[in-house]
Amino acid sequence: MSTRTVEFELATPGLDAAGRDIRVPLGVAGPDADELAPEHMLINIGPQHPATHGVLRLVIELDGETVKRCIPHVGYLHSGFEKLGEYRHYNQIVPLTDRTDYLSPMANNVCLALAAEKLMGITVTERCQVLRVIACEMSRIISHIVWLGTTGIDIGAFTPVLWLFHQREKIYDLQEAWTGARLTTSLTRVGGMMADIPDGWEERLRNFCRAFPKVLNEVDTMFTRNAIWCGRNQGVGVISRAAAVNGSLSGPMLRSTGVDYDVRKDRPYLGYETYDFDVPVGEFGDNYDRYLVRLEEMFQSTRILEQALDRLAGLRGAPVNVDDPRVILPPKSRAMSDMESMIHHFKQVMEGIRPPVGEAYMGIENPKGELGYYFVSDGSAKPVRWRIRPPSFLNLSALPQMCEGALLSDVIAINASVDIVMGEIDR
Amino acid sequence: MTAPAPSPSVAALRARFGDSVVRHRVSCGDTIVWVARDRAHDILAWLRDDPGQAFDYLTDVTAVEYRDAELPLEVVYQLRSLARHADLRVKVELDKAAPLEVDSVCDLWTGANWVEREVFDMFGVTFRGHPDLRRILMWDTYAEGFPLRKDFPLRGHFSRSEQTRQALAANPESHYSPEELSLAETYHEIPDDMRERLSRGEHGEVA
Amino acid sequence: MGLTVPEADAPFTEVSGVSPNWMTARLSDLVNWSRTRSLWPMPFGTACCAIEFMATAASRYDLSRFGMERQAFSPRQADVLICAGRLPFKLAPVIRRIWDQMPQPKWSISMGACASSGGIFDNYAMVQGIDTIIPVDVYVPGCPPRPEGLLYAILLLQKKIMGESLTDQQLRVEQTLGADGLFRSPALIDEVSEPFGNSVHQTRSA
Repeated sequence: MSTRTVEFELATPGLDAAGRDIRVPLGVAGPDADELAPEHMLINIGPQHPATHGVLRLVIELDGETVKRCIPHVGYLHSGFEKLGEYRHYNQIVPLTDRTDYLSPMANNVCLALAAEKLMGITVTERCQVLRVIACEMSRIISHIVWLGTTGIDIGAFTPVLWLFHQREKIYDLQEAWTGARLTTSLTRVGGMMADIPDGWEERLRNFCRAFPKVLNEVDTMFTRNAIWCGRNQGVGVISRAAAVNGSLSGPMLRSTGVDYDVRKDRPYLGYETYDFDVPVGEFGDNYDRYLVRLEEMFQSTRILEQALDRLAGLRGAPVNVDDPRVILPPKSRAMSDMESMIHHFKQVMEGIRPPVGEAYMGIENPKGELGYYFVSDGSAKPVRWRIRPPSFLNLSALPQMCEGALLSDVIAINASVDIVMGEIDR
Repeated sequence: MTAPAPSPSVAALRARFGDSVVRHRVSCGDTIVWVARDRAHDILAWLRDDPGQAFDYLTDVTAVEYRDAELPLEVVYQLRSLARHADLRVKVELDKAAPLEVDSVCDLWTGANWVEREVFDMFGVTFRGHPDLRRILMWDTYAEGFPLRKDFPLRGHFSRSEQTRQALAANPESHYSPEELSLAETYHEIPDDMRERLSRGEHGEVA
Repeated sequence: MGLTVPEADAPFTEVSGVSPNWMTARLSDLVNWSRTRSLWPMPFGTACCAIEFMATAASRYDLSRFGMERQAFSPRQADVLICAGRLPFKLAPVIRRIWDQMPQPKWSISMGACASSGGIFDNYAMVQGIDTIIPVDVYVPGCPPRPEGLLYAILLLQKKIMGESLTDQQLRVEQTLGADGLFRSPALIDEVSEPFGNSVHQTRSA
């Protein structure tokens, strides 16, 4: 098994046109070679490309196969989410959140509800909190599955993606049974959820938690000690701790560099401080560490899911939504028969829920990193400003520094390891 | 119920910067500090570097325009200190009657690069000293304006057919001018017709 | 096909009951049959629908049973462009160029509500239906459509292709942008892009 060292040895130290150090990979000649053929190639990857994980455009300046500069261009999926949010009631924004990070829709739904509830000073019920933890961890698993499968395809391994996507289908079945939709779940509402879990759902999730680690172990066998995987990923796409913190990276990108920062541990929400789980932290900040971090996170998510299911067993029959008629729609039977309920229903549907004047930022640990929703309210039913703090956007902005000095094929591997979702980057 | 106490950074800021700290507020548990535009960069640098503050992590940079046209536009900095587990929101008010400008903090946090470009793209705020201030979400030659401004209609200013025409005419692969890349070193050596095509953003004629 | 008793309008006819080695068919039926059974998709996946497209290509729903396993990411080698996901204006020239690069015969499937009509994104950034930019053969409603919905669309496309005639010159004409830089007339684009139904009310201020 061959590994490349993290620190590149400079054969002949040199500076590029801007005066920055050129990190020369082993075996490639340094600036002396410029006498022979000083042409740099400018190539364009994307925006339509199988390996860019969405509509991302990379403009790469190549010296032979070595990347001199990598400039990402984003915005090809800009859909005006933040503008749309200003024209919608808070509950109407929930379906929009499915479509930003579409790989982990339920986690976005949860973040939106938490942000709106922070703005309105609402605390949800215990059963709702446990259900939301389940939603977030299921989302973490499916997001990491897509990441691992597609990264495998980029490096050249086609089998694990089929195994993993089959697991994804099981989660999709659970999401569909709960919300009616496989992908665009719109799970949460301000003050609660769209619905409680149906009968038999807990058993199915438990079966999944029992079977999934076996599949992960198989994938682990395929990848972790695989010479090709290690050769392509170890020492590739290195970013230092200081650069990661200064670059506003978050999630596995940040943890792979050795920074032990996970929003679930740092500023816990939904009762995460009461769950028993570990946060994997890397050391070298390369692709391989990001792979190990995310793989372990899937194991840990399964652990959290099992604990949450145990708690659910003790909360049978507990209410899911808060008992606040200003934010939760009354049951239809009461809305049709009881005057006060009818008025509550009318006000909520026609006018929307009015939070107090103020603003709130709520950050949660999304699979990609710290997802934050920032609401500014002027007291009306539609927010003045809805800002999505996109983890992938900031993570991707570190791509140029990770790619400089790497080979062209490394660019694909590094881009894959950032784990981007263009819907969230471009919003 | 007593109002929640603001972050201790507020008092420290007032002690250090006096009147440049305009006002502060606590909303939903978050501390917000408004600072004068002229000293914003110094204040943010101090917040990052002072050992008692240590806001080493820039969570976000964004802007807010209120529906009330009389209120100024605010540029919002969400700061975080990883070591002290503390958050702070710093705001700079920009008068809408004057050019919307504020100093860039790219030299303090590299993560500010793209988010400031986005604020420029969506609100039209110029960040002085930004290394590469151009649109990031819309295309470079986007002519309709700054979408997140309140005077920008949801569906844009132009008709749908005009938007489609402008979109189809915008050549995506010319959005990064070759001069800005080190291709410029050999720019004078490439053939004339290629140079002309690059400047036009074309990829050769189809016979 | 082939060896069974044919119905009146069946595409394939057995000539002789003695030898099963000969078979006649109309050329256009043979060509259409081979085209439909190996449609190489160009997955122009942009957003959430692309994830459902990936799920359709994965092992549970399995596109390869329809001959579409070989996804052609180069438009030069593709038969059908599947626009899976929303299309913002910034991406409009890209899909137009990809469509132009595809050689005839080519078809397109507009997957999802956003590709078909702009979906929930009736705003400054979104193309209100890719049919304002490229010709579309099959539309798939849904947000996102279920994999079964996409498969049904593929079957519909196959049915459409089976009904094509080789002698129809109009089918294989390249429909390029007009002199005004548009694919449809401005009046038509404005008319189909007008807000309708719920979107009018949702964006009305409270």
